Amino acid sequence: MTDAIWTTLKLATLTTVTLLAIATPLAWRLARGRGVWRDVVGALVALPLVLPPTVLGFYLLLAFAPGSPLMAPLAVFGVRSLAFTFEGLVVASVIYSLPFAVQPLRNAFEAMGEAPMEAAAMSRASPLDAFLTIALPMARRSYLSAAVLVFAHTVGEFGVVLMIGGAIPGRTDVVSVKMYELVESSRTTQAHVLAAGLVVFAFAALVLVYALDRRAHDRGTR
Amino acid sequence: MTADRLDLDIAGDAYGQSFQFRCDLPLGGVTVISGPSGAGKSTLLRCVAGLNRLPGRIRFGDETWQDGRLFVPPHARQVGFVFQDTRLWPHMSVRETLSYARRRARGPARVSEAQTIALLGLAPLLDRAATGLSGGEQQRVAIGRAILTQPALMLLDEPTAGLDRDHRAEMLGLLDRLTGALDTPVLYVTHDAVDAVRLADRRIEVADGRITGVVLERPADPLDGLSAEARDGLARAALAAGLPPI
Repeated sequence: MTDAIWTTLKLATLTTVTLLAIATPLAWRLARGRGVWRDVVGALVALPLVLPPTVLGFYLLLAFAPGSPLMAPLAVFGVRSLAFTFEGLVVASVIYSLPFAVQPLRNAFEAMGEAPMEAAAMSRASPLDAFLTIALPMARRSYLSAAVLVFAHTVGEFGVVLMIGGAIPGRTDVVSVKMYELVESSRTTQAHVLAAGLVVFAFAALVLVYALDRRAHDRGTR
Repeated sequence: MTADRLDLDIAGDAYGQSFQFRCDLPLGGVTVISGPSGAGKSTLLRCVAGLNRLPGRIRFGDETWQDGRLFVPPHARQVGFVFQDTRLWPHMSVRETLSYARRRARGPARVSEAQTIALLGLAPLLDRAATGLSGGEQQRVAIGRAILTQPALMLLDEPTAGLDRDHRAEMLGLLDRLTGALDTPVLYVTHDAVDAVRLADRRIEVADGRITGVVLERPADPLDGLSAEARDGLARAALAAGLPPI
């Protein structure tokens, strides 16, 4: 069980860090862009919210298989397949939790509008300088809530992980799948411990997100 | 007083409205841009700053900010901009806001941070959050931020619009002193005739998306260029003719 918890924490941390880096330019473009591309990209980003995780898992499995269009170029670097590997789990989690990172950041960037950035440009800040010194700090609470949401959502994922990871002990065995195994094999006491732990964790994470959101509202910055 | 020329010839559509701005005039002291609401005064100012882009040519002094191929981005134009809604950053104190602008300033320093603080009476506000201030205080900080970018041209977009009457008078007095103390030409957008008369050396009139006229409010001193003897002679003649001494 500790193996599964350790793997889960590692997966959630890596996913969170990767996603915040990917979601930042994506959310910025979505908040600033115009026209039909914004709707198309916005819909693509939100797709994991409405798709059954098994559908996502199915396609990822195909993409991660040896010789697939995604894997063929990676074979040069000695990577033949990502299916049933920890790295594959990270990639899958990043895609699966994408909307949970992009949405809060996009909201924050939209809410601050052009005004603070124009004021920065008028203070001789280049666009990148202005982004780092004005937009990022103004959105810091949204970053925190995006991080908590992604972390918690990654801990909670089940369908994708089951299809991609295959629950290999010590490598791709995470708590949500472990839970399923414990119940299947009637190890009720262990199941109780793990389940209660997850409930407490999920509750604490949500309280934190709501508190951050409220404070952001109170200060007029998101 | 420097008199860099502003050479402007831009035309195009923005905000669903057509604009055509054309002028070529020396900018020394305060040039007020006046006209009714919605005439395009702010758009004109934003085009000069590079915040809006209408096709055409903008030159200031010996720099070209915009022509057919070139478009100098707003942060690379040496202008200071004071927005009507102040646009102070909510995550910075007054001190941080001022030093943000000072650290990024390029070109020769015409005014120091200490001078700016003294001139605008900002000393008691330095450690406060920029957004926790009153409207007049916020506008003073915004003006300080603009001055510390060491601009070659100051652009002010109705800085007194959000203020009550007493604070407006105070702000106008402040701007008057400021433009006297700084050797920086000012473009000042207002729809208030009183502001215009009080501050302006000349006035650009804008109506319906066009510049309709340039008016000299304070004609140059007719005695300029005369020798001291010639002035004395004129003064004696005036007194002899029974005119009261000034």
